[in-house]
Amino acid sequence: MGTSDNGKSTAAIEMIPVFVMGKRYEVPAELTIMKAMEFAGYQYIRGCGCRGGICGACATVYRKAGDYRIYTGLACQTVIEPDMYLTQIPFYPANRAGYDYAAVAAEPETIFQLYPELFRCVACNACTKVCPMDVQVMDYIAELKRGDIEKAAETSFDCIQCGLCASRCMGELAQYHIAQLARRLAGGKLAPRAEHLAKMVESIESGAFEGMLEELKTMDAEKLRALYVEREMEPHMTGEDWRPAETVGLAT
Amino acid sequence: MKLAYYPGCTLKTKAQNLDRSAMAALEALGVEALELPRWNCCGAVFSLADDDLIHHLAPVRNLIRTMESGCDTLVTLCSQCYNTLARANLLMREDAEKRDTINRFMTEEPDYAGEIEVQHYLSFLRDSVGWEKLRAAVEVPLEGLKVAPFYGCTLLRPNEVAIDGGPSPRLFDEFLAALGAEPTRFSAATECCGSYQCLIHADAESERAAEVLASAERAAADALALSCPLCEYNLGTRQGAVLEGREGLAPLPTYYFSQLLALALGLDPELCRFDLNQPPALQLVQERDFVSSS
Repeated sequence: MGTSDNGKSTAAIEMIPVFVMGKRYEVPAELTIMKAMEFAGYQYIRGCGCRGGICGACATVYRKAGDYRIYTGLACQTVIEPDMYLTQIPFYPANRAGYDYAAVAAEPETIFQLYPELFRCVACNACTKVCPMDVQVMDYIAELKRGDIEKAAETSFDCIQCGLCASRCMGELAQYHIAQLARRLAGGKLAPRAEHLAKMVESIESGAFEGMLEELKTMDAEKLRALYVEREMEPHMTGEDWRPAETVGLAT
Repeated sequence: MKLAYYPGCTLKTKAQNLDRSAMAALEALGVEALELPRWNCCGAVFSLADDDLIHHLAPVRNLIRTMESGCDTLVTLCSQCYNTLARANLLMREDAEKRDTINRFMTEEPDYAGEIEVQHYLSFLRDSVGWEKLRAAVEVPLEGLKVAPFYGCTLLRPNEVAIDGGPSPRLFDEFLAALGAEPTRFSAATECCGSYQCLIHADAESERAAEVLASAERAAADALALSCPLCEYNLGTRQGAVLEGREGLAPLPTYYFSQLLALALGLDPELCRFDLNQPPALQLVQERDFVSSS
C-alpha cells in the first residue's frame, strides 16, 4: 500500500482489481472508472470532458467476471466493480452528413437522402442495449423510418452523442448523427415559434432596458455588490409555475 | 377480441391515402382499434434463408408490442407488412428451435410464442364485421364502377398466410361487391406487379405492370383496387412511364381499397388523400358523383 498524490495513506482504503485494456491494476474501491484510470496512471487527453455526466466524451465499455453481457457507462459517472474488464471508446468513426440547414426541408425525404443507411436497421436493438443514457435508440430509428421527425427528436432528446450506438450497429448506422439532424429540423423548423421571444426582442429594441443599464453603469460599487448579493434567485426546489416577484421589463 | 392496428412505415409517409381512410372506416363501422403507440418497421420482406433469424426480429418485436398493449389481434393494411408479420408469427408458433433462439437473443423482451392473431384488414372485415353489416353501412354505393381487385403476391402467397385460399380468391371481389361496385375478374389479378425490380430493372418491371394494366383493360375495368404501396408505386405512380411507347394502353385509375371503402361509407373525402394518387383517380370518382360534397 502506498500513498496517494495528496499524501494521505491508502492503507485503510479497500483496493480492488480492475483490468484496463487487459492489464490488471489495484485501485481504491468506490472510485469512478475515470478516477480509477487516473489512479492507475493514465492521463486523459481525449475521452474526458465535463466530468459531470453530460458531455458524452468518456464512453466506457466493460464486462464483468462470469457474465457474457456487454456493459457500458460514462467513465465519470460509473463506479468501478471488482474484476471489471474495461476500455474507453473516446470516439468511434461515424460520418456526419453535410447539409445547408437553411435550405433543407423538415421532411422525411431530407433524412432519407442524407442518411439512406437508415433503412439498414434490422431492429436488433443492440444500440438501445448499449446506450449509457437509456435512450430508446432503436425506437427513434424506427420513428425516422416512418418519417416522424418530431417524435424521434423527443425520443432521442437525452442523447449525449457518445457514439456507442454506432459502435454496435450491425446496419452500420451512425444513429446519433441522424437523431441530431432530426432534433435540428424539429427544433428549428417544426416546433412552433416562441411568441414571447419576439415580444422580448421588441421590448429590448424599443429601449426598455436602457435606463436600467445606464443606472447600473454609474452605480457605486458597494451598492452594486449589495444589489447582486440580494438579487432574487429561483429556489433550488420549486415547481414549474415559479415566477420572480419582480418582472421589470419582461414581456409576460 | 381486442384489436391493435399496425400501420407500417410507408403508410405514415407516401401512402397516407391507405392509412387514414382505413382507420376512419373502422371507426364508422363501430370497430375499436388501438393504433400501436410503439412499433418498428415490419422487416419489409420475410427472410427465406433458413439460418437468417436476425431479419425476423423486426416483425416479432411488433407482435410483442401488440401483446404488451393487451391486444390479441393485430390488423394491418399493407400487403407486405401483412405477409411479413403473419409469416413471422407462424414461425414463432411452429418452429420451437427458432423461436427459442429468437427469444433468447431478445433478452430485453418478454418471450413470444405466437399468441397474437395477425389479420389483414380485408379478412378482418369479412370475419369480424361481415359483408352484410358492411353493405348496410354503405351510404354511397359505388354503382356502376367496374373495379378490378388486384391481389398481387403477398396477400395470397404462401398459402399458409393467404387471406383467401384456392387458385381463384374471392375475398377482394366480395369486398368490392359489398361497396356496391362491380368487381371485375381479370386474369392478372394474382400476378406480380414487378415488385422491387422497379429499382434495378425498371424495364422488366414495366413489362410486368403493363401486363397487369392490359389485363384489367381487356376486362373493361374502370379502375384497379390495391392493398399494397409497392403495387401502387409500380401500377399507379409509375404508370406514366409504363404506358410510354405502349400503344393501345389507356391510363387506368388506381385506388387503395380503403379509399373506395371510405367513399362508399360517405366519409369526408379529405380522409382519402386523393392528392397522393395519380390525378385520374380523383377525376373518376368525381365524374361518377361518389365524392360527397361535404
